[in-house]
Amino acid sequence: MLIYLVQRFLQTIAVLVAVSVIVFFVMSFTGDPVMMIVPPDATAEQIEAARHELGLDRPLPVQYIVFMDNLLHGDMGRSYLFRQPVVKLITERVKATLEMVMLAVLLSLAVAIPAGVYAAAAPDSRLSRALMGGSLFGISLPSFWVGILLIFVFAVEWGLLPSSGRGKTVAGWSFLTRDGLAHLIMPSVTLALGTLAMLTRLVRAQMREVLRQDYIRFARAKGVSPSGLLFSHALKNALIPVITVFGLQVGNLIAFATVTETIFAWPGMGKLLIDAINTSDRPIIVAYLMIVAVIFVGINFVIDVAYTLIDPRIDLR
Amino acid sequence: MPAPLLEVRGLKTYFTLWGGVVKALDGIDLTLGVGEIMGIVGESGGGKSVTAFSIMRLIDPPGRIEAGKILFEGEDLLSKSEAEMRKMRGRAISMVFQDPMTALNPLHTIKDQIDEALRLHTGMNERERGERILSLLHEVGIPNPEERLSSYPHQFSGGMLQRVVIAIALAAGPRLIIADEPTTALDVTVQAQILSLMEATVRERGAALILITHDLAVAAGMADKIAVMYCGRVVEAGTADSVIRSPAHPYTRGLLNSMPSAAQTKGRLAQIPGVVPSLLDLPPGCAFAPRCELACDACGAGVPAMVQVEPGHEAACFALNGGGNI
Amino acid sequence: MSEFLFRFSRDKGAVFGFAVIALFALLAPIGPYFVSQNPYDLGSLDLANAYKPPAWLADGDAAFPLGTDEQGRDMLSGIVYGTRISLFIGLCVTLFSCALGTIVGLWAGCAGGRVDSVLMRIVDVQLSFPAMLVALFIMSAFGRGLWKLIAALTLVGWVMYARTVRGAVLAEKGREYVEAARLIGLPPILLALRHILPNVATPLIVIATVQVGNVILTEATLSYLGVGVPVTEPSLGLLVKNGYDVLFSGIWWVSVLPGSFIMLLVFGINLLGDFLRDELNPRLK
Repeated sequence: MLIYLVQRFLQTIAVLVAVSVIVFFVMSFTGDPVMMIVPPDATAEQIEAARHELGLDRPLPVQYIVFMDNLLHGDMGRSYLFRQPVVKLITERVKATLEMVMLAVLLSLAVAIPAGVYAAAAPDSRLSRALMGGSLFGISLPSFWVGILLIFVFAVEWGLLPSSGRGKTVAGWSFLTRDGLAHLIMPSVTLALGTLAMLTRLVRAQMREVLRQDYIRFARAKGVSPSGLLFSHALKNALIPVITVFGLQVGNLIAFATVTETIFAWPGMGKLLIDAINTSDRPIIVAYLMIVAVIFVGINFVIDVAYTLIDPRIDLR
Repeated sequence: MPAPLLEVRGLKTYFTLWGGVVKALDGIDLTLGVGEIMGIVGESGGGKSVTAFSIMRLIDPPGRIEAGKILFEGEDLLSKSEAEMRKMRGRAISMVFQDPMTALNPLHTIKDQIDEALRLHTGMNERERGERILSLLHEVGIPNPEERLSSYPHQFSGGMLQRVVIAIALAAGPRLIIADEPTTALDVTVQAQILSLMEATVRERGAALILITHDLAVAAGMADKIAVMYCGRVVEAGTADSVIRSPAHPYTRGLLNSMPSAAQTKGRLAQIPGVVPSLLDLPPGCAFAPRCELACDACGAGVPAMVQVEPGHEAACFALNGGGNI
Repeated sequence: MSEFLFRFSRDKGAVFGFAVIALFALLAPIGPYFVSQNPYDLGSLDLANAYKPPAWLADGDAAFPLGTDEQGRDMLSGIVYGTRISLFIGLCVTLFSCALGTIVGLWAGCAGGRVDSVLMRIVDVQLSFPAMLVALFIMSAFGRGLWKLIAALTLVGWVMYARTVRGAVLAEKGREYVEAARLIGLPPILLALRHILPNVATPLIVIATVQVGNVILTEATLSYLGVGVPVTEPSLGLLVKNGYDVLFSGIWWVSVLPGSFIMLLVFGINLLGDFLRDELNPRLK
């Protein structure tokens, strides 16, 4: 087990290094950041001075080493626009993104598992057909469009829910106040919808696969009740492959949080990224990508380990 | 003569598929006494497994039991509700599956899977169940059962797993066990062990056993009665001695001749010409006629009825002496 | 084949999906001849027509069946032109990533060993990152542009094909005829083309069908975020973005209508893809 963990951990580090190389070098071919920070009427000397100050006059590999060195010391540079350390800008916004993504995760699991199990258990019922049609519809919806519809109906027409911002927060969390929760609902629902639909389909497909297995038939021959078959015999087996996809889906939610945050003016790290892209604020883009890469790789690591713990068939040398 | 434990009368199980209706069981009769062992023999596609699952009422759509009676201890299983039936499964009638590697849930421990049968069907408390699990595992010959309780199926060999499956089948003390090709998926070396274990345990407990096998020799070796099935019908049935000694149906004779022990006397292994026809496209009349050396015009015209060959031994063939309804 | 058609005709969803796709496939090439204006010909726009609601509403104008935007542009014309761009991107990306993925898959499968493990490692790593984010990264680095977007989405989309094709190559590699062909000196790549590609055609068709829909969604999302197509070539996603600002004044059609076309198109594609997947997957039969 320990050997496996160490191996897996080293792989993770290797992936992160590769990501940092790609992100750093690709980003350094884009535009000239010096023009972003000097005044429009700057002289050639001023521009050179700024370039030197940023270290951009050194060869790329050296720049990379400096970048990595700073990164390991928790310094990812300063935003050109905000003139503040990037790490601070992002960490200030992590909670906002985190709570939206977490609520979306909970929503999608809370709906997808029961809906998927039901659709697999009674495949020919009307409700199942509706669920399957609805979930196919759900994965076809552009999430930004759903957000716009929700805003139009619930905020503009009916005035029931606020359309932007986080509302009142306590210790940086919106979900702790009534007002904050009202602000959180639409972004989270918008974000959850695609994942929810996708997971419903996946849970159903896996359940149907498992319900075909011999051991389910054997359990029936033992006299196990239909609910016992579904929940004690089939669900765990069906969820094991779902776990892998679920890890990917959490990553996807973080990626799509950029969209939801943009629509609902939700001040999270996703909106920060989009704003940074639109203003060519390179340090923020690089830092965001690195932080998100760490999160994804971390999720993958946890999922892999969880997998080996849940499935007794996986024997670690 | 005491009332039989199980009496199947005119059982028809059909599968409605895209290409038409498959008559997997087309009116079969079986009779099994208390504590008897019956071998159901035939090639694959003959309807042996469907018989087993029909008795358990575990036929799923598109399959359906169309007609017939399954009297178990005098009560018709086909008129029972699903909830009543669930109480019969595992308690009064239990099953041993063909492949123990797939019959056990890979994510549950051996202990949990035996315990489940006890929880469902006995009023035992946890301590009593724990003791019963150990004695069951001991009974089916698992060495050091205490150490194997928390193992998962993938940590066992096929033979050991089949012992566990047998332990589950025995757990609630059923009066009838149906074993569907219980040794087909196992190594040849352990097949005999599993069969003798099954015979010993059912004899000791006085339970009846339906042993489904494609191997007539296996049935001959341990069964009291033999039923030979072909294309959804029972073509010959009787005491094991009588069927083996004087097989009346050409299909049974074909099966006997293709057994290696018979070959030793004749020098060359015989085979039945042709293949089992598709159940979607059965020949009219006797389904065996196209492969039968005795076939005559009558065979294509109607389905032969069972006629008595000897007391307690019947076969369905027009060529038999006093040939039924010719 | 006739059984396939029969099942297709029985599956209402698949028929509906096919009809939607056919409609869009028709709309893209001939639509411009039927709509009233070329939305990019600024001379044909009249600001006096700005923000007309769709024709079925009270203040609607029959000349603008789906209303107009802030420049007095006919929404229907804008949507027809936007659909062309969205479909073009969807088809190009699918075609290119299928080709790229197939080549990489063949290469990995035929070469084996080191090459194979390196290529598959790349596939694994890329699959562990959300496609949206990788595309967002590439677009943020290279800036907006139709062909840049197509390139970025192709770089994101090839992995599934590579994996499928490689799997098929490996499965086929052990067969006797491959050994036999090697003995008489046929290069493995020729064999792969002759024997393996026909085998993977079905799964590739299913992946490709669903991918067209996914690409259109991702493209729309990127364009909505302002990192996709340039303003001079507005796809449906960009139209939605342009309408977002006036949403709060109750002018919903400028953003909602183009979005509903994306939804309809992708839903149609997914319905057909779902049918194909069930139908072409031998395991489910």
